[in-house]
Amino acid sequence: MKAFDYASPSTVADAVRLVGERAGAGFIAGGTDLLNLMKDGARAHDRIVDINALPLGDVVQTGGVIRIGALARMTDVAAHPAVRRALPVVSQALLASASPQVRNMAAIGGNILQRTRCGYFRDAGSPCNKRVPGSGCPALEGQNRGHAVLGGSDHCIAVHPSDFAVALLALDAVVLTQGPSGSRRIPMGEFHLLPGATPDRETALAHGELVVGVEVPLTPMAAKSAYLKLRDRTTFEFAVVAVAAALDLRGNVVRDLRLTFGGIATKPWRSLEAEAALRGKPITDATLTAAGQALVAGAVARAGNAFKVDLVQRALAGHLRELGGVR
Amino acid sequence: MESWEPNRRTVLKAGGAAAAAIGVSQVVEASAAEETGTASTVDIKLKVNGVEHELAVEPRVTLLDALRERLDLTGTKKGCDRGECGACTVLVDDRRIKSCLTLAVMRQNAAITTIEGLAAGDKLHPLQAAFIRRDAFQCGGCTSGQIMSGVACIEEGHTGSADEIREWMSGNLCRCACYANIVDAVQDAAEELRR
Repeated sequence: MKAFDYASPSTVADAVRLVGERAGAGFIAGGTDLLNLMKDGARAHDRIVDINALPLGDVVQTGGVIRIGALARMTDVAAHPAVRRALPVVSQALLASASPQVRNMAAIGGNILQRTRCGYFRDAGSPCNKRVPGSGCPALEGQNRGHAVLGGSDHCIAVHPSDFAVALLALDAVVLTQGPSGSRRIPMGEFHLLPGATPDRETALAHGELVVGVEVPLTPMAAKSAYLKLRDRTTFEFAVVAVAAALDLRGNVVRDLRLTFGGIATKPWRSLEAEAALRGKPITDATLTAAGQALVAGAVARAGNAFKVDLVQRALAGHLRELGGVR
Repeated sequence: MESWEPNRRTVLKAGGAAAAAIGVSQVVEASAAEETGTASTVDIKLKVNGVEHELAVEPRVTLLDALRERLDLTGTKKGCDRGECGACTVLVDDRRIKSCLTLAVMRQNAAITTIEGLAAGDKLHPLQAAFIRRDAFQCGGCTSGQIMSGVACIEEGHTGSADEIREWMSGNLCRCACYANIVDAVQDAAEELRR
C-alpha cells in the first residue's frame, strides 16, 4: 500500500473540500473494499479522508420514506425493525452479503460504490480497461465465468458485485449526495453507469462528491419484496445470479412489479422488458417463461458464463412463484 | 519489509504536523515518503484489552499490523490479509471485525479486545475451554480468530441451532476443516454462558 495523507474531518463540508481539492484524494468509511484494492495496487490515493466522524449513521422513517445514512453499517440496516418490516428485500440482500465481521464494518454508502470482483481488475499485473483505460480486457476471451451477460461492451464485462444496490434498485431508491457543487438526488437507476468505452467511469458521482445516504420510498410493493441469491457455496460468497423482486398482486394477477438482477450485468440491472411481460397478467408458466426470455433477449454470452443465461431465467421463475405463492 | 526506524526528517515531520489530534486542520502528510522512502507517522492511542498504548504509526498501518508488529500482541493472526479468512478477528467496542481491513489510525478511542484479553487471569473464557475440550483445532492458525468470532456470535444470539452457528461463523475459515468440532464448541459455550 502506498503512503497517503490522512484526515478525519467532523463536517461533511470539510470532507468534501478535502477530497475535492486534491485529484488523488479519496474517502474511507468501512474500508473493507478500499484497503484491499490499495494493498493489491489496484487503487492508490495520496490522501485518505476518513468520514467516520460525520453524523451520517442514522436510519430514520419519515414522511413515507426510510432514509439510511451512508455510514449506517450493513449489520444495523439489516436488523433495523422498519427495514425488516417495510423493505424485506433490503434486509435479505444485506444478510446474504459478505461475513458477519465485514457487515459490522462496511458502511452502506461504500457498499454501492464497491468495485468489481473481476480478477483482472484486482490484479495490478493484468491489463484492465477499468483500472488502466486503453490497456485491454483479458476477460473477453479469458476467465469469464463470473462475468456479465448483460450491459457489457467490447471494453469491459465486469459484474457489479453489490447485492444491496440490486435491492435498492428494485425499490426505486434515490442516492443522496453532497459535493463541491452542492447536494443532489440521484435515482438509483442513474447512479451506476454502463461501461461502454469508459469502464473506468462507474458512477454519476463527481470527484469529491460524497454519498451521504439513500432514501427508499415506502410502498405496498416494497413490503412484499424478496431477494434470491445463488452462489458457488452456501454462504460468504458473491452472487453467481441474484434476483430482487417486489410484487403488487391482486389475487394471482400482477398489478405492478419490479425485477432487478445481480451477478449477470455490469451494473445493478433492472429489466423493464421482463416486468412488462408480467404486468397485468397472472403468474403462470407461460408468463414466467415470457418474462425470462424478455430478460435475456439482449444477452451476450461468453465461453465461461453462458450458463448464466439459463440459470437466471430459472432463478426468476422460481423466485416469483415463491414470492407470489404460486406453485 | 520497510524499516520502522524513524529518521530525523520523519521525527521532525511527526513532531510538527502530526503530533496534535488529527482533525481537519491537520492533514497528516505523506510527502516525506516520496522523498525519503519512509512515510510520516502519526501519534495515536490504542486501548487494547483495557490497556492504553501510545504509538507512532504511518496512516497506512492496519490495526492488525499495529497489534502484531508494534504491540507484540501476536495472538491475532495474519492469514490472507484481505478479509477473507477471519484469522485476524478482534472485537472493537464489543463487535467483531477483521483487523486487516481497518487502519489503526481509524480505531482510536475504541475498546479493542484480542485473544490475549479473553481469559480472566488463569481462568480461560468458556469458549477457549470448549475449544480445548472439543478438540476444535489442529494447526491453530485460525483458532484465535474463530474464538473471537465465536464469542461475538454467542453474544449476538446467533447460536439457536448448528445451522445458525455455521451461517454466522462463515467469516472464519479453517483449512484443517475442524468445522464440526468448532460448531460443537460454540454450542457448548453458548449453553454454559446462558446458565
